[in-house]
Amino acid sequence: MSSTRHSFDRALEELQQDILRMGSIVEQAIYNSVHSLAIQNVALAEEIIKGDTVVDQMELEIEDKCLKLIATQQPIAGDLRKISTGFKIITDLERMADHAVDIAKMTKRLDGQPLIKPLVDIPRMAALTQQMVKDGLDAYVRGDVELARTLNEKDDEVDHIYSQVFRELLTYMMEAPRTITQATSLLFVGRHIERIADHATNIGERVIYLVTGERPDLNE
Amino acid sequence: MSTKIKVNNLQLHYGEFHALKQINMDIRENRVTALIGPSGCGKSTFLRTINRMNDLIDNCRVEGEVILDGENILTPEVDVVHLRKRVGMVFQRPNPFPMTIYDNIAYGPRIHGIKDKSKLDDVVEKSLRASALWDEVNDRLKKPALGLSGGQQQRLCIARLLAVEPEVLLMDEPSSALDPISTLKIEELMEELKQNYTIIIVTHNMQQAARVSDYTAFFLMGDMVEFDATETIFTMPSDKRTEDYITGRFG
Repeated sequence: MSSTRHSFDRALEELQQDILRMGSIVEQAIYNSVHSLAIQNVALAEEIIKGDTVVDQMELEIEDKCLKLIATQQPIAGDLRKISTGFKIITDLERMADHAVDIAKMTKRLDGQPLIKPLVDIPRMAALTQQMVKDGLDAYVRGDVELARTLNEKDDEVDHIYSQVFRELLTYMMEAPRTITQATSLLFVGRHIERIADHATNIGERVIYLVTGERPDLNE
Repeated sequence: MSTKIKVNNLQLHYGEFHALKQINMDIRENRVTALIGPSGCGKSTFLRTINRMNDLIDNCRVEGEVILDGENILTPEVDVVHLRKRVGMVFQRPNPFPMTIYDNIAYGPRIHGIKDKSKLDDVVEKSLRASALWDEVNDRLKKPALGLSGGQQQRLCIARLLAVEPEVLLMDEPSSALDPISTLKIEELMEELKQNYTIIIVTHNMQQAARVSDYTAFFLMGDMVEFDATETIFTMPSDKRTEDYITGRFG
């Protein structure tokens, strides 16, 4: 059946591309923030903090596009789900970028002081989380419900590593109170990554809604 | 919420042309049911079957049952004049009689034997109030109905229907010839009227179907493809053809 709404279809396509572009910038920010911490690079951290305005700007632009499509095209059914899903995904992406900024601020705060231990689990958590963001966006673009459902398990794994990080840092603090300042900072970093993973899981839920109309709770 | 009209295996042919194929449907009382679909899909034909308007067409053959309150209205014994009093119809273009506003509305009751002036006055006022027209025309009831605006004329036609106390209102694209404000007035009116009547509306305006109806049926080439709560049809239709149609991908 040939479509009778070419320009609308093009606009939907464009919307998806915009969201992907925003997503890849956010993914990069997540990676860079943890990397800046691991290698104690304050300049990189500052770059991330500055770069956040780009993400904020993109969110507003995409939001405007969604509103314009709703106002002018009166989308319903699958079209409406596509737009409303996009609308929600960009909020999750924007929140992720804010967490990346918070991590970058930790890097700045530590200001090159030697780490109490080499970072192992936190980068592992971050890599897993970054993969989740990527999978969430891939699932969105392809309408891949199966991939979206896998985010649940990955989120469990992130949560698991986070509690491991928590316990480990706790032992450091108990043994040597002078590590408390840095250990709490690292604990916050773990918490930020864990929140990013939750937002990625939200994207997975939205994709499932987009395709099937069901509303699952993957954060269970 | 009870069933007002039950349609069983309804088939309709115009000569060789199979216009309605095995339609089964329960139409709920005091609800608005919208019929949507591309031109020639059978929705208007279906609407006309409900008050036997298709009887007027040569070569038209109907099979199956349309059961109104337990009685099959397709049987020859049914008094068609009485049926059309119970099941009234509003058309695409307003069609007031070339007489005064008052006489347009009093016409039906007079035919059905009401002569008493004060009784007729009552019916006229009540019908005009029910169709949300009273405030606009009460000072010119003796003026020609054709002097009203299109939107007012359409509401006058609805008032004319209500005057004979029907149970079911059939509306065949009642606002497609009206401006947006008049359209909204008709839609508001439907919301009011469904408290007391069962309404079936054919519309090409998808947003209108979504706004005013409780149930929506999608017709395509004589088949009823999907029939469900309006909210479901417009958010998660189960048939790909329904989705393609309502999102404007064909038709």
